[in-house]
Amino acid sequence: MAKVILKLEHDISTDDIYPGRFMATVLPTETPQFAFFDRTDFNAKLKARAFPPGSIIVGGENFGCGSSREQACSTLKGHEVAVVARSISRIFLQNSINLGLQVVICPGIEASEGDELEITTDQVLNRTTGQFFDQVKLPAARKGIMDAGGLIPYTRSRLMAKQS
Amino acid sequence: MGMTVVEKILARAAGQASVKAGDVVEPRVDLAMSHENAALVINQFKVVYQGTGLEPKVWDPSKIAIIFDHRVPAESPKTATNQKMIREFVAANGITKFHDVRGDVGGICHQILPEYGYVRPGCVVVGTDSHTTSHGALGAFSFGVGATEMASAWALGIAVNIEVPATIKVVVKGEFPPFVGPKDFILHLIGRLTAQGANFKVLEFHGETIRKMSTSGRLAICNMSVEAGATSGIVPGDEETVRYLREEAGVADGISCVSPDADANYVRTVEIDVSTLDPQIACPHMVDNVKPIDQVLGTKVHQIVIGSCTNGRLDDLADAAAILRGKKVAQGTRMLVFPASSKIFGQALDKGYIHDLMKAGAVVMNSGCGPCLGVHEGALGDGETALSTTNRNFKGRMGNPTGFVYLCSPVVAAASAITGVITDPRRS
Ligand code: SF4
Repeated sequence: MAKVILKLEHDISTDDIYPGRFMATVLPTETPQFAFFDRTDFNAKLKARAFPPGSIIVGGENFGCGSSREQACSTLKGHEVAVVARSISRIFLQNSINLGLQVVICPGIEASEGDELEITTDQVLNRTTGQFFDQVKLPAARKGIMDAGGLIPYTRSRLMAKQS
Repeated sequence: MGMTVVEKILARAAGQASVKAGDVVEPRVDLAMSHENAALVINQFKVVYQGTGLEPKVWDPSKIAIIFDHRVPAESPKTATNQKMIREFVAANGITKFHDVRGDVGGICHQILPEYGYVRPGCVVVGTDSHTTSHGALGAFSFGVGATEMASAWALGIAVNIEVPATIKVVVKGEFPPFVGPKDFILHLIGRLTAQGANFKVLEFHGETIRKMSTSGRLAICNMSVEAGATSGIVPGDEETVRYLREEAGVADGISCVSPDADANYVRTVEIDVSTLDPQIACPHMVDNVKPIDQVLGTKVHQIVIGSCTNGRLDDLADAAAILRGKKVAQGTRMLVFPASSKIFGQALDKGYIHDLMKAGAVVMNSGCGPCLGVHEGALGDGETALSTTNRNFKGRMGNPTGFVYLCSPVVAAASAITGVITDPRRS
């Protein structure tokens, strides 16, 4: 079980998650400081490590739309948050799986900041309101990558298989 | 059941007789494009090789393109150092399709690829940039990926675990009225589909209007397909594609266009008649917040921007110059112009467009992404408004989260520069 630490509207862009002006910072170890930078209070709390790992950001439709910048995923992954959204933009979804950022597509999700959510294999339970919401399964094609622990180990094993 | 263009391209690239939407394939990659974010790709690429005992070498240096455009010349020591590191990697790996910070062969990646004939019909193109959708204009299947996915492609030469996308057929008919063009069409379409209306899908463009459209216009519409969430936009290759590649890109070798089957399976067909279309404006802060120009006329504009991978091409500059020739940019409004490539910049100089624009008061900047993504130059002041021919208007996009960005065509931007407020070019 984990708390909703941020509740967002529809169409949250990668410019919002990781503003373009920090794009020269690329390393996953350095990007977390700029997460939601222009949401000043939230950014400050993230940096102060105010939230336990597994804390949840709830998004609306089309979460992560916009640019392909992978920093938008590594910046959240660095804080070990999970994203539950009504729908997720293609490249952001792909990047999340590739980097191992936990993302859950949950078209009906209703939750407010402070609610306690529990993510099961195919549902999200809002313990605070007592409501249950179905997840949409991630594309089947992504399973191999998730099972390998991300795209880097997956590619590494493919590369080694190619050599032998 | 027949195949759509993208199904045909993916079947061929994956070595299969046929594929259908939803299948998982691993197509070979014909071109892998990055820009400054190659710095992250290189990092991830090296991580892939860690512990393997193998030397990190890209699968095929001739199929990798790296173009510096997002922050040229570098705006900070950090960017300059990233660029330096990328330059060293390019040299060590023998990557030839490299466009450094230069006034002869430099420019925005989505202009350089077509301009140098790097993309052909039927190719599979991946790019670490969401607007990689642009290259569907040349009949290729071209889509954006993240840096780690690119590192994987550099190592393996394939795109791993790709789901064949379903296709929406967009049929466009009618002749554009004066001062209305491809940008207005694509803004209108995004407004209709919404920002996620084509998520995980391809937009395949057909109809008499598309057949008559120049490659420049096709690049603009495929470029913005991603703003409806599309994996890619594509115009099946035709005579115009071949003409462009031969005459403008200087391609001499074989070009073979791929067309969809007559009985291809589309998830949806959208028909649009452009003969009665008004100039369209995408209003803050979403690209699908599209309105006919009438609804926003008179909005005060502090910064006019003409350029980018959407509308920084020669015809765009010609249209803007024609409107501004002998006129002045309004006091209290500044106008920034950044041609999409050095080649276009040179052509616009030769034709006098740059002179016209500068005499009118525009600041002409070097080719590159410039103010488009708000990291380099041309940031907005607090609460200021920009009217721009670029492709995104998200909060903070032009460098200031308190700013407002409206998107429009080059003729609307030019007409509005003269008045300092959003102005209908048909009535100015
Ligand atoms: S011009 Fe703008 S949209 Fe195009 S590649 Fe550059 S930053 Fe991206």
